[in-house]
Amino acid sequence: MEAEAAVVRRSVGRRLAGLFHGRPRLQVGALLAGPVGWLVIGYLGSLAVLLAAAFWSVDAASGELVQTFSLENFQTLLDEPVYKDIVGRTVLIAALVTVTDAILAFPIAFYMAKLASRRGKAILVVAVLLPLWSSYLVKVLSWRTMLSSGGVIDWALEPIGLSGPGYGNTAVWLVMSYLWLPYMILPIYAGLERIPNSLISASEDLGASPFTTFRRVILPLAFPAVVAGSIFTFALTLGDYITPRLVSNNQFIGNVIFNNISNNLPLASALALVPIVVMVAYLLVARKLGAFEHI
Amino acid sequence: MRKDSHPARTAWLVIAGLLAMMLLFAGCGSDDDDSTSGGETVEKLGKGEGKVNLISWAGYVEPEWTKPFEQKTGCKVNNKVAGTSDEMVQLMRTGEYDGVSASGNASARLFEGGDVDAVNVDLVPNYKTIFSDLKNQSYNTFDGQPYGIPHGRGANLLMWNSEEVQPAPTSWDVMLDPKKATKYKGKISAYDDPIYIADAAVYLKAHQPDLEIDNPYQLNDEQFEAAVDLLKEQRPLVGEYWSEATKQISAFANGDSTVGTTWQYQYFALQEEGKPVKASPASQGFLPSEGATGWSDTWMISSEAENPNCMYMWMDWIVSPKANAQVAEYFGEAPAQSLSCDQTAQKDFCAKYHAENPGFWKRVYYWETPLADCGDGSGDCKDYNEWVQAWTSIKG
Repeated sequence: MEAEAAVVRRSVGRRLAGLFHGRPRLQVGALLAGPVGWLVIGYLGSLAVLLAAAFWSVDAASGELVQTFSLENFQTLLDEPVYKDIVGRTVLIAALVTVTDAILAFPIAFYMAKLASRRGKAILVVAVLLPLWSSYLVKVLSWRTMLSSGGVIDWALEPIGLSGPGYGNTAVWLVMSYLWLPYMILPIYAGLERIPNSLISASEDLGASPFTTFRRVILPLAFPAVVAGSIFTFALTLGDYITPRLVSNNQFIGNVIFNNISNNLPLASALALVPIVVMVAYLLVARKLGAFEHI
Repeated sequence: MRKDSHPARTAWLVIAGLLAMMLLFAGCGSDDDDSTSGGETVEKLGKGEGKVNLISWAGYVEPEWTKPFEQKTGCKVNNKVAGTSDEMVQLMRTGEYDGVSASGNASARLFEGGDVDAVNVDLVPNYKTIFSDLKNQSYNTFDGQPYGIPHGRGANLLMWNSEEVQPAPTSWDVMLDPKKATKYKGKISAYDDPIYIADAAVYLKAHQPDLEIDNPYQLNDEQFEAAVDLLKEQRPLVGEYWSEATKQISAFANGDSTVGTTWQYQYFALQEEGKPVKASPASQGFLPSEGATGWSDTWMISSEAENPNCMYMWMDWIVSPKANAQVAEYFGEAPAQSLSCDQTAQKDFCAKYHAENPGFWKRVYYWETPLADCGDGSGDCKDYNEWVQAWTSIKG
């Protein structure tokens, strides 16, 4: 019996091996079925269900979903001026954070990629990554303490007759810029590393001033990397709701989604479509700017 | 990537596919699960399951009384603190919790949504001696059946920094009358939840009698608009909206906030830190002149409870004389258990908190769910969704 079973088992194995032999497409298909299935069903599928809810409505008394098609939620988003303010505020802060991070990150990334010694480079990479090892909440709460009235920032600015920004949009901008800076530095660093030093030398040999070299050679070559980094900073700011909640009174898209999710999921879903639409538009522009050419 | 492939076209195909899926789901959603009543009410208690998963307000589940419970029953207590009733409803709907200490603005929604089960009070021996004015109330009894065990009650407090705010305020006008509140611009601390609109309604009930507000949670168009307008006027003066107790404690501790609406939990925590905070004194019944919003909380059992036996044991334990006295004193609220008054560490605790004085609670408006039919079918009120949307536009 046992020997027979072993023979059967072996023959099944052999038949399977035979099936895959010489059929590379089938091999790849079998290999990818799991992960791709997960991506499509578990990830995109659940996203589709969530977004489908945007067309439903909710029974006010129980909070139960009423699954009939309507555009009511989108009408609400368009009619109530408060939602335009919130979307505008969120997109504006996301753009400001992105620009701030790009300006801060470029010199650091350039130094890391082109000027620092091997050792210095290693230290800087660790320094950039280090904040990512600590909890997001701890960082935001530290900023909350620093920004409070009479906190460290007020104290430091007092001798020159200024006071800190307190809680509000400025605080959100500061904290987000701090939080997402590493996500900007790393892509730019990777992009700059790929620019051969010989190109920079050639530009100098041809008589270009350092500024011209930067403007005509380095920046165009590194620009896709900046755009790639900006996708991170922009998307992360667009979706965050904890920072605004802790260092301001202002509502961002994420806050309103959070506030509605328990009793009005359809409205929350409709609102969740807004950042998706904004991001798709952003990615299309990024593609035009060549951010995906080297992927 | 091969030369002849078109990444853009593939991307568009994926997006189109997603959209198609989305519309498919939106169009043909089924509404076959009309399950307003969950499982059956428990008839007999079995053995404990070894754990119980709770959702509670800050300060309701503390080691002082959970440790003895765990030792006695073998049910390990896993607690999740929620900051708002919305959060509680949302967490309960995940089906991962056995029970919740729901306030009146969550209990009706949980019942309507079929998220909680009726409670067999025969299995909760301590229920008998609970104050009778807490039993069979509109927020804990539905279809004539008790849907939970009363936990305790209290009023939301007006708290201020006694060094900054003088003389001691006796009215909510210090936060809500635009003329008086300007003095504390940027230092006012308000509760971050749609139910806060009711605080404005309580104020208007006293100061604008022509609005004829009766119940601050069931408001018609005119009353609602007046309350919302009042809060929109207050908005630029508010320093911070809080929903996590810890956030408010830190704001009062470092001076970012000097006057605000609060719970006993934060008030005691700040006093313990030695901060100069005061609240309406006992001589005024802890209430500003208008009265106040408040809560009467109920432990409810989930219709999907995985540990119903441990949950029943917990509901009995938390209203047992000793434990209910402990939680009431710890939090600073009136106990639900009449026998707790002999068990409190402070001898006059029940008298101080008016636990045995039903008349006192007439000026405290327990949180309840705003309903379109005004709760009694009498008319045309703003439902909770409209409260939520108004709250979004108040905050701007």
